[in-house]
Amino acid sequence: MSQPIIISASPHVHSSKTSKKVMYDVVIALIPAFLVSLYVFGFSALLLTAVAVISCLLFEYLIQKYLLKSEVTIGDGSALITGILLAFNLPSGLPIWMIVVGSLVAIGVAKMSFGGLGFNIFNPALVGRVFLLISFPVQMTSWPLPDGITGATTLGIIKEGLMFGDTMTNISAQIPSNMDLFIGITGGSIGEMSALALLLGGIYLLVRKVISWHIPVTVLVTMAVMTGIFWVINPEGYASPLIHILSGGAILGAFFMATDMVTSPMTRKGMIIFAIGIAVITVVIRLFGAYPEGVSFAILIMNAFVPLINTYFKPRRFGSKIKAKIV
Amino acid sequence: MLKTFPKGGIHPSENKITSAKAIKRMAVPSLVNVPIEQHIGIPAEIVVETKQKVSIGQVIAKTGGFVSSNIHSPVAGTVTKLDKIIDSSGYKKQCIVIRTDAKDPSNFEEIEMPLKTDIELEPKAILQKITDCGIVGLGGATFPSQVKLNVKEGTNLDYLIINGVECEPYLTADHRLMLEKSEEIVVGIKILMKALQLKKAVIGIENNKKDAIGLFKSIIKKEDGIQVAALQVKYPQGGEKQLVRAILGREVPKNGLPLDVGVIVYNVGTIFAIYEAIQFNKPLIERVVTVTGKKLENPSNFWVKIGTPIKDLVAEVGGLPEGTRKLVNGGPMMGKAIKNTDVPVTKGTSGILVISEDEASRGKAENCIRCGECVFVCPMGLEPHLLMNLTEKGFYEKAAAEDIMTCIECGSCSYVCPSHRPLLDYIRFGKNIVKKLETAKN
Repeated sequence: MSQPIIISASPHVHSSKTSKKVMYDVVIALIPAFLVSLYVFGFSALLLTAVAVISCLLFEYLIQKYLLKSEVTIGDGSALITGILLAFNLPSGLPIWMIVVGSLVAIGVAKMSFGGLGFNIFNPALVGRVFLLISFPVQMTSWPLPDGITGATTLGIIKEGLMFGDTMTNISAQIPSNMDLFIGITGGSIGEMSALALLLGGIYLLVRKVISWHIPVTVLVTMAVMTGIFWVINPEGYASPLIHILSGGAILGAFFMATDMVTSPMTRKGMIIFAIGIAVITVVIRLFGAYPEGVSFAILIMNAFVPLINTYFKPRRFGSKIKAKIV
Repeated sequence: MLKTFPKGGIHPSENKITSAKAIKRMAVPSLVNVPIEQHIGIPAEIVVETKQKVSIGQVIAKTGGFVSSNIHSPVAGTVTKLDKIIDSSGYKKQCIVIRTDAKDPSNFEEIEMPLKTDIELEPKAILQKITDCGIVGLGGATFPSQVKLNVKEGTNLDYLIINGVECEPYLTADHRLMLEKSEEIVVGIKILMKALQLKKAVIGIENNKKDAIGLFKSIIKKEDGIQVAALQVKYPQGGEKQLVRAILGREVPKNGLPLDVGVIVYNVGTIFAIYEAIQFNKPLIERVVTVTGKKLENPSNFWVKIGTPIKDLVAEVGGLPEGTRKLVNGGPMMGKAIKNTDVPVTKGTSGILVISEDEASRGKAENCIRCGECVFVCPMGLEPHLLMNLTEKGFYEKAAAEDIMTCIECGSCSYVCPSHRPLLDYIRFGKNIVKKLETAKN
């Protein structure tokens, strides 16, 4: 024995899963949606994503190295994901300095000021996006469409049309078909358009067991049921559930933002409550609020409830409250 | 559908590399160190003196109370000293050191006995014999067997469960025993059924031991009331509470015992020891030990005398390979890392695992990413991340309120944690303090 024997408490074996692998699986899952955005928006999508990623990594590095004087952990993949998700939630063509400001808010305010990885209450990318949306509403809602002209998103057209008393039959002529929405030939934030690409990534995460089905499925099913009820009652006054699911940030939010481990509940029961909350708030904002889209707000609001959910929806302890079953 | 417990659990690499190796008898060691604390409860009291001659199977330490056990000399020889020796707990413990008499023929007599199926003893006598022969639970917990058998009059007891799960990776001691001593084990089951006046018994075996399942199924055809349950491979199914839940669907209440739901659980190794004690009056002086590790020359299963230094076992499998960094008494999930090879084999030693460089070190602990994996795999429905945080910050009473004491220390949480956080280490620490606080209160 050349080196000393190690004494440590059990267990002496460990699964091969590491936080880093989890993070990079999420990055891999985002690749299909990124490719679609490159196809639709070309260089501007690449630029937007590159700026967001580089500035997120840089701000984390600077804060850890010079402000906190702590270990630099930008290689763990979490800032990389924040950068990509922030970019995915922004319209292509946004001024570069705004992207940088958004990254600073995401990393500096939402993540590092709470204590870094694992301690933040709110999803950093969403905090960055919502900060930009509130601060620069004009730039944040001018969406370049695939054909190069700037226009409103599907949800924006529907919201405006219904507000002026138009019927869904008339509005349908102005919005992309469900098939186009599914494939992603539409306007919107660069990463949220293609339901198909996002679902591919989502399935990858499910297969790799990075996420469980509880949050994404519950969010989408609850949204479909809620919007479905309104649609059945008044199909001319409300968009169909399919349009609601396929447009806006529903799928991106359900699979990639709401499932962020740090800011979602830690029990299955809690995840379902959390997901129902997100769906309800999203639908309420979309149907009755001032904004056409509400996924970001809904997730942030439910993020705030996570500690409470974790406290009140605990796993059932083995051997507690059992029904006596002795033969 | 294979049975299993519903909540939590993991499936680590099985690595049962010795499952095809028949159990070999180790040569009688020249020296044995027999600790007087080989069971849970009160240590036994030494009844021999230095320089005293002892015969094989003679009581050398007497049961020290109700929850305690007799200890017998594994060899014929002379007590050379009463000394404190580091055992697998890492602490120095009182041991009786016996030098084997190389000339005494009883040390080398053939101990293999023919099958004896008639059970002559009456229930009371069976209980007494189990007490006298120093039988303890051989699954690892080493709980004195007679205590479990002392069932109060009027207790609603209807099932005996035999634990042949061996859910720990690497270990194959129980598996080999089941294959090689199946007839004897069935007699052992009938002995216990007689002692407890039970009509029903179930042998629980995980499905990675299909040969053992098949073997028992064919033997029990002619037996009344004994069944075999094939179980899905899932750790920690060998835990009593998980096993009872898996086989019968009954959930042992919090802080309760299987007895509370009418069940008594014994490990297969214990059943075989009881068979030998009742039929041949043989005390517990040897057991099956798996000596294993990926880099070992010839990993194998052995019949080993209690008190044999682990270095004798290691020598038998070809010595410690280059780059050995960890020695474990037991399996990789719940076994204890030991400091050196002088540590003796005790009644609770089910295996010796040799781990080399690449697997010996833990990953660096990183921030908790709140993924919830530890919560999902906990078979007791606990929140390990929370218990660790509460312990770390000194909130012991809160940890107690979060049921820290019901943790069975299976290690599933630490196993899955992607951030390599020392979850179980803190939980153990917290349990210790909570226990002390509770003792202080009473």
